[in-house]
Amino acid sequence: MSDPPAIPSPPAPSKRWEHFPHDADLGIRGFGATPAQAFEQGALALVAAITDPALVRGAETVEIEREAPSLDLLFLDWLNALIFEMAERRMIFGTFDIKIGKGRLTARAHGEAVSRDRHAPAVEPKGATFTELAVAEDSPGQWRAQCVVDV
Amino acid sequence: MDISRLEKLSESAWRLSPRDGMRAPAIIYAAETLVSEMDDKVLEQIANVAKLPGVARAAYAMPDAHWGYGFPIGGVAAFDADEGGVVSAGGVGFDVSCGVRTHLTGLTPDQIHAVQDDLAAALYEHIPVGLGAEGELRLDDQEMTAMLSGGARWAVERGFGREEDLLRIEERGRAVDADPAEVSEFARKRQRREMGTLGSGNHYLEVQEVVDIFDPVVAEGYGLKRGECVVTIHCGSRGLGHQIGTEFLREMAVSAPALGIALPDRELACAPIKSDLGRRYLGAMRSAINCALANREIIGHLTRQVFARFFQHGELPLMFDVSHNTCKVERHAVDGGTRDLYVHRKGATRAFGPGDERLPESLRAFGQPVLIGGSMGTGSFVLAGVTTSEERAFSSACHGAGRRMSRHAATRMWGGRQVVDDLRAQGIIVKSPSMRGVAEEAPGAYKDVGAVVDSAEASGLAKKVAFLRPMICVKG
Repeated sequence: MSDPPAIPSPPAPSKRWEHFPHDADLGIRGFGATPAQAFEQGALALVAAITDPALVRGAETVEIEREAPSLDLLFLDWLNALIFEMAERRMIFGTFDIKIGKGRLTARAHGEAVSRDRHAPAVEPKGATFTELAVAEDSPGQWRAQCVVDV
Repeated sequence: MDISRLEKLSESAWRLSPRDGMRAPAIIYAAETLVSEMDDKVLEQIANVAKLPGVARAAYAMPDAHWGYGFPIGGVAAFDADEGGVVSAGGVGFDVSCGVRTHLTGLTPDQIHAVQDDLAAALYEHIPVGLGAEGELRLDDQEMTAMLSGGARWAVERGFGREEDLLRIEERGRAVDADPAEVSEFARKRQRREMGTLGSGNHYLEVQEVVDIFDPVVAEGYGLKRGECVVTIHCGSRGLGHQIGTEFLREMAVSAPALGIALPDRELACAPIKSDLGRRYLGAMRSAINCALANREIIGHLTRQVFARFFQHGELPLMFDVSHNTCKVERHAVDGGTRDLYVHRKGATRAFGPGDERLPESLRAFGQPVLIGGSMGTGSFVLAGVTTSEERAFSSACHGAGRRMSRHAATRMWGGRQVVDDLRAQGIIVKSPSMRGVAEEAPGAYKDVGAVVDSAEASGLAKKVAFLRPMICVKG
């Protein structure tokens, strides 16, 4: 019924993530030379739905490991792991170190406790969805990871 | 939406005949202007819902429908377990049992005006709102299990509410057949500190003035009086419900092939009702319903505490509490008989008509209250269920205005401070931890709630009872 979504052009090198519109929720998209970089930028897009990632200090580190049978499910699991850790620890993350190999993700997320005054969080992500979920190499060395997040 | 693809049934009902694997028709209830403004995705999604196994009669979209994931938000569909029917985590959503409750205050607008700023500040400080906010309650595993089983009754038994409230909550405040054992440790952890918290996004607490009465008899039956104020609370099952949605959506999507389900879309994740996965989801989902009912009951209690500081009469009797994102087993008329169906309402409200024995006795003559949430500036409606809603959409109605603009587009159109100042000039005080959040939720980002409820009434889904204008809005 609707045309397949066009593959978006990556934004300028200084900003390797973006949001895309959804009626009620929010699309997040990360780009990178590798899946790991695209996942990292996708995570920044998730954080940017809440607050400006540049406002987040890396005072604490949380380690995350996930396994999934495909890259798109791994991206879904990665985002949902971040959403869980942020909710459970009352934290917000601003930088990430990610490694991906053989369906396994190991990552360190750096952040701090949420501050209503300093972060002024706009929304609280509930979960990452299958809507528009995709991890693809659009051209050699140009990876894209995206989905809609329920907020 | 390309309206030419639809058969016009009436000025407010449109039908897509079964095609491309649809097992039943899809029906959209809305005036032509609203249908035209809907995203094509709404039609695509409701048609996909009609492809699921065991779907009964038709899949429906309410007048406030918009693009969701899997089901459209504002989607209603019922499934017959004996016909291979499914239960869908996507059809319930992440915020299980997100809903609205309205308390009567008996106070006049003048009484609220006299303390409006201080009351707004006190509500904002006393009721935890926004990301990272914590409630004062801490639940150990035993109490968590009791809450997940007991719902609002658990809250009342712990002193966070009143016994008489339970008669004014769907299912008397407790979803039976909840199975807390199916709620994961992750979901429990996410909820440990979140009881009695409002959340963020479109969740809110509003003090509202009843400014219009459309049906005096029903309004009186509900306790609504023109020129009096009410308090409306919109929130859901918080982190616990979100986590249950996350876990089961993934498991259902991955398990579908093994369960013999050809998903028209992966986001329509579902499982046969008569399967271990379906049974586990229903047990967990009903536990999340109880979490939402308990959560709203506690917030109602906190609200009463604040009002008691300002007014001698701080009782705030509960008018009604309805849920929006649920799957419930209900008996409905289908094909000349009655069948027990698993009715999914995602962004839709149950709307039993007058005389329905499932309504509390005090409301039975009037039909079920249907609480239509507004959007800070545009006001809210109270509707009443009507008998025709059974035949139209398994006794369902719309739940709110429905977004007409993405969050991104809203922040390009408005600034949060500007929205707050504009609303203050209209006599509405907004309290929120985030100006960007306010901009994303700007009144103009939503459809015309009046047009939505007019369509609901014209469609025979519910009838208008009262219009409420906000005076104070605490936004998460």
